[in-house]
This record gives sequence, C-alpha cells and structure tokens, in this order.
Amino acid sequence: MEGQDIKITIIDRDGVAHDVDAPTDMAMNLMEVVRSYELAPEGTIGVCGGMAMCASCQCYVLSDTELPEIQDDEEAMLSEAFYVKDNSRLGCQIHITPELDGLKVELAPES
Amino acid sequence: MIKTDILIIGAGPTGLFTVFEAGLLKLKCHLIDALPQAGGQCSEIYPKKPIYDIPAYPEILAGDLTEKLLEQGKQFEPGFTLGERAETIEKLEDGSFIVTTNKGTKHQAPVVAIAGGLGSFEPRKPLIHNISDFEDKGVEYMIKDPEVYRDKRVVIAGGGDSALDWSIFLSDVAKEVTLIHRRNEFRGALDSVEKVQDLKNQGKINLITPGEVTGILGDPMDHLKGVVVSQADHIEKEFEIECDHFIPLFGLSPKLGPIANWGLEIEKNAIVVNNALDYQTNITGIFAIGDVNTYPGKLKLILCGFHEATLMCQAAYQIINPGKRYVLKYTTVSGVDGFDGTRKEAPKAVVKAIN
Repeated sequence: MEGQDIKITIIDRDGVAHDVDAPTDMAMNLMEVVRSYELAPEGTIGVCGGMAMCASCQCYVLSDTELPEIQDDEEAMLSEAFYVKDNSRLGCQIHITPELDGLKVELAPES
Repeated sequence: MIKTDILIIGAGPTGLFTVFEAGLLKLKCHLIDALPQAGGQCSEIYPKKPIYDIPAYPEILAGDLTEKLLEQGKQFEPGFTLGERAETIEKLEDGSFIVTTNKGTKHQAPVVAIAGGLGSFEPRKPLIHNISDFEDKGVEYMIKDPEVYRDKRVVIAGGGDSALDWSIFLSDVAKEVTLIHRRNEFRGALDSVEKVQDLKNQGKINLITPGEVTGILGDPMDHLKGVVVSQADHIEKEFEIECDHFIPLFGLSPKLGPIANWGLEIEKNAIVVNNALDYQTNITGIFAIGDVNTYPGKLKLILCGFHEATLMCQAAYQIINPGKRYVLKYTTVSGVDGFDGTRKEAPKAVVKAIN
C-alpha cells in the first residue's frame, strides 16, 4: 500500500501546515483526506457529504499542480460561496490520483 | 400542549424509522422539524439523488426513501410539528420534558429522542460588513410573507432556485425587483432561468450580473435605504441602488443551534451518547440517534441510525413502563397492529392432508 500514497500539504484554518500521506487507491477526494486526518472539526467540512452542494470544503490551491477541470456543479457552487478567490476549488471534487503528488492547499475560512 | 410518548426532534430517516420501532412497542411518537417537510437532508438537499447502501435496496432515491419510511410508520399515526425549530427544553418534577419551538408550540413527553442530523438548516449570511445592523430593518434572509413586499423596491441576491423563483414571484407583487448574481450563469431549473430572461426582456426584473452587494445604505436605527453593488471582482466599478428591502438567498447551512445549549455533552459538533447500551445522553430520558450523536467508532450512515433508533426504543419502553415485561418479537410472527386499527400479518400456513 505504501507505494500508492502521495504527499499533500494542507494548511488548516489556523494557518498550520500539515504534510500528509493520501492513498490513491481508495477513491478518496481532498475533502475526505482532510477529514481523515481531522484537520478541520467534524461538522465544519464536507457537510453535504461531497455533492458540491455546500462549499464547506472550499480550499485555495497554492501549488501549480495540474488539477482536474472544474465541472459545472462545482463552478455553480463556488459562484455562490463566500471568501472565493481565483484559486478556489471544492476539495470534494478533487480526486486523489498519483498526478497530485506535491499538491499544496489552504482551507478556506468556515462560513 | 401536544402530549406523546417519544418526542422526536428531527424528521429525517432516523426519526421517521423511530416511529415504526416505537409503534411495535405501543409507544406513540411526535416529530418536530425546522424544515416544512419530512425527510431531513434526504428531501431538502438531495431528493433526486440515489443512495446505494440501504440494506435490500440496491438503489433508492433519497426522496423515495422518505416516502417509504412515512408509509412504513403511517399506521402508528405520528404527529408532526413542521417548519418550527425546537428551541428550549425543561425537565419537570415527574421526569417528563417540555420542549418549546421558536413559534411557541409546546410538547410534553417522558422521553426525548434527538434525531437532528447535522442540526437545523439556517440561511447562509453573506459577508457584508454592516449587514447585521439591518436585519429585520429591510434585510431578510428568507421570505415568510410575500405581502410585505407589495409595492416596495426589492433587491434579491443569489444564483440558485430560490433567488430565481422569488424574483419571478415578486415581479408581480413588488414595485421593482432587482436580481444580482456573481456570474452570468444561474444554476436553477431551466424553466425558471428562461422565465427570468423573459421578465428581464419585458423590463419587469432588473438583472445585474456579474455583480455583488458589498454594502448596505441607510440609518441602522431606522431602515435600509439601498445597497452598494460592485460590478464583478475585476472591474472596479461601484454604484448604489435605492431599495426598501434586500433579500440575500445563498442557501441553507446546518447548525446544531439551540440544542447545543440544552446541557448535553457535545463533542465534534455532535452529542455524546452511551453506545454500549441505549444511545442515552448525559441527561436521563434524552437520547440522541443518527448523525447527531457521537461515540467511539461512530459512522454517519442512515443504516446506523436505524439500528440506534431500534435500541433506543427498547430503553424508552423501560422508562415509560417501568418494570413491565416485554420480549422482542419478530414482525413475521406477531404481525403489526396499527394505532389506526389496521393489522398486518403473515398468511397462515395451510394444513391439508395428502391422500
């Protein structure tokens, strides 16, 4: 299993950076990685369960990692979310794949 | 005063299934929910989405699951207080509880089961520095009575179904309707989008896209007089719109809400319960079941909520009928006797000689 993990850096809502290992073979997304390491309190992230319907997993992408393109439902949710920046993405829509090794993100404030 | 055996807070799947399990023990239930309909998240957030991990249902839509649960519990005649949020709880000397909603409806029961999911759904408030100064002075986060807006100038912000639907509705009621959204695209139902396009072409709705309300104008001691709109992030252009009401409609987000102040032990935004026994909280007679509770190894799954509801009802029976004997029966053996006089039972095997 070791070989299938990638390294991701997640800066939590208090500004603390965490380097974590994320498995690529468990169909996980970035929001779920944050929850599995408890980097944001339960109930403040992934509220809708990952349907791009709440924006509680919004994060800012800090590395130049190539990410999957934004789909319509993510785009629509981000257009209604708060604290949105040009590099905003919804963590639940970013699936963990080997290509994301080295990804660095910062969690957006709770809203 | 509404009186019942088990008062359930939250009419989502876990709360609805509790009605059935309680009914088998001849206990009556009443449910309170802040939303106007039963089903909780299943009907509010994703009614048209499929669920794949309900035992024996390879696939079921969340809305259909709600309907099936309502049908399953129907013969036990549950009561409902919908569109009201449970606000306060008071324990009486006889051990029973009185729960009062935000609209003042009082409920009394010896057992309270909190099946509140992620909490009650509250409107999301936009980040406008002085918006709280004008709440109920022209700023409303939800529309309760459209007549308030008759012949008034209204500004609505948002890009989803509720922003579109209310803009359409109020274009016939209000003197002036302005709809502001951060982008040109809306994510509502297609016919609502087309209807707004029509009304815009007829001059009945002023559409400002992309745009964002960034400030409220007026005297906070009095009433709002208008809003400041900035036209998209990248173009520095600001202007003011005079209006009587500003209605930001940015969806709902769940908050544990008043339950957090009931003296219950809270951890990770959930209520700590005794999972070794009966899902009771630190207050005797108050249980927490489904997504709203937490214990070591907790999983927020509908099927886990069903299990928790079932065990909780056994404990409720003991509280309501102290010392009274009961053993679990299979519904296949005992059938189901409804409070409405109906009876469901397995057909009897036929005994017939073979000659």
